Amino acid sequence: MPESELGARGPLPIRLEVNGEERGGDVEARTTLADFLRDQLGLTGTHLGCEHGVCGACTVLLDSLPTRSCLVLAASADGCRVETVEGLARDGQLSRLQRAMWDSHSFQCGFCTPGFLIQATALLAENPTPTEAEVRHALSGNLCRCTGYESIVRGVLAACAGPERSGAESK
Amino acid sequence: MKLPPFAYRAPESLEEGLELLAAGEGEARILAGGQSLIPMLALRLARPSLLIELRRVPGLAGVHEDGSGLRIGALTTELVAERDPRVRAASPLLFEALEFVGHPAIRSRGTVGGSLCHADPAAELPAAALVLGAELTARSLARGTRTIPARDFFLGPYTTALEFDEVVTEVRVPAPPSSQGSCYLEVSRRPGDFAMVGVAAAVVRGGDRVLDLRLALSGVGDRPRLLTRDELELEGQDSPEVLFGQAGRSVAARIRPPEDLHASAAYRRHLSRVLTERALRTAFERAALQGGAASA
Repeated sequence: MPESELGARGPLPIRLEVNGEERGGDVEARTTLADFLRDQLGLTGTHLGCEHGVCGACTVLLDSLPTRSCLVLAASADGCRVETVEGLARDGQLSRLQRAMWDSHSFQCGFCTPGFLIQATALLAENPTPTEAEVRHALSGNLCRCTGYESIVRGVLAACAGPERSGAESK
Repeated sequence: MKLPPFAYRAPESLEEGLELLAAGEGEARILAGGQSLIPMLALRLARPSLLIELRRVPGLAGVHEDGSGLRIGALTTELVAERDPRVRAASPLLFEALEFVGHPAIRSRGTVGGSLCHADPAAELPAAALVLGAELTARSLARGTRTIPARDFFLGPYTTALEFDEVVTEVRVPAPPSSQGSCYLEVSRRPGDFAMVGVAAAVVRGGDRVLDLRLALSGVGDRPRLLTRDELELEGQDSPEVLFGQAGRSVAARIRPPEDLHASAAYRRHLSRVLTERALRTAFERAALQGGAASA
């Protein structure tokens, strides 16, 4: 099958919005969105654990929906809107969720944290007051090998508690 | 692992996509949501030379309802289908099965058509499609359009009745009879994991009697199979409770479940019996509620 007639392995030009900025680049057909974000845009907050969709560390928001960026071709994201963990803080201020997870010690080695932050951000956008069971269910696709998940769940719940109950004083 | 090299096209029309697929002579694959195909590339379980993504082709995603049932575009994501109130209302079994598919971050990309065409023996949607009597619309340049009943679609592990140059464009789910109740149940190690055993069940109820029942199981064989009252050799005159017990034992005796890290064959057989009984009982109870709602 002649490549020229049927398709190209690359480079393919793509343009997309990442954390509110227009970005673009030339990618190979086989480049995943995760590798494009990390290697070409330098957004290394998106972590790659398993690279086949099991661990959830690479979760980003793609057109507002949590998505595993290792399972999406960069070429498929052409024209889409992407939000990564780097986009959660505004003007140097951590988001409410980031602050609550910080205060709750919701990470140890931190490798899985970006995926949990994005997945929990998506949960709270849809359901600002989830129950503990809903938090656990929503995060069930993200693996953490350090914390045993308790501090992560506590952090997400703290983010949706009232201001007087959130943060370090709640413990 | 990083993905192996392949070529990529995102044509603007279905015809162009079909031409590429036919020209690929079996070496080209359709990329739908990629939630199964991309891992297979990463693990070197699939080595297509060309991926054809149909996201630019208009009309392949979306849910439509008419009096006879649902029409679901093949590229409709599982999340969109799950959240569509028409799916929940017109096909509660499909809705329940969708909720078991992977995790939200998988369903946001994974598609209804993609899951059916991938034909994983442990997947939820093939089993639900069988019990629902769904039909798949397939298009190719050589054969034009043809309709394939779910019952004839799943041939083996990751193997369907599709020819290499065919694309599924739509799934039709007929409206269930008003006296039918349904239930999808599964047991997995964690929510979102592949099921050790999944059961899709539908029961047509007449008063306190079972008029008809249909079952399909996932995770217990090379493919999901539709099991009817006849195939399970159930006695007709027994009470529902006795019948459901018979069905559970009959299913357990008929399957040859696999054995792996997650569950022994014996445990899968046990789960199949228990979940079959439980799903049928729940479907039967729901049928009464639906009948009551319909007559009210």
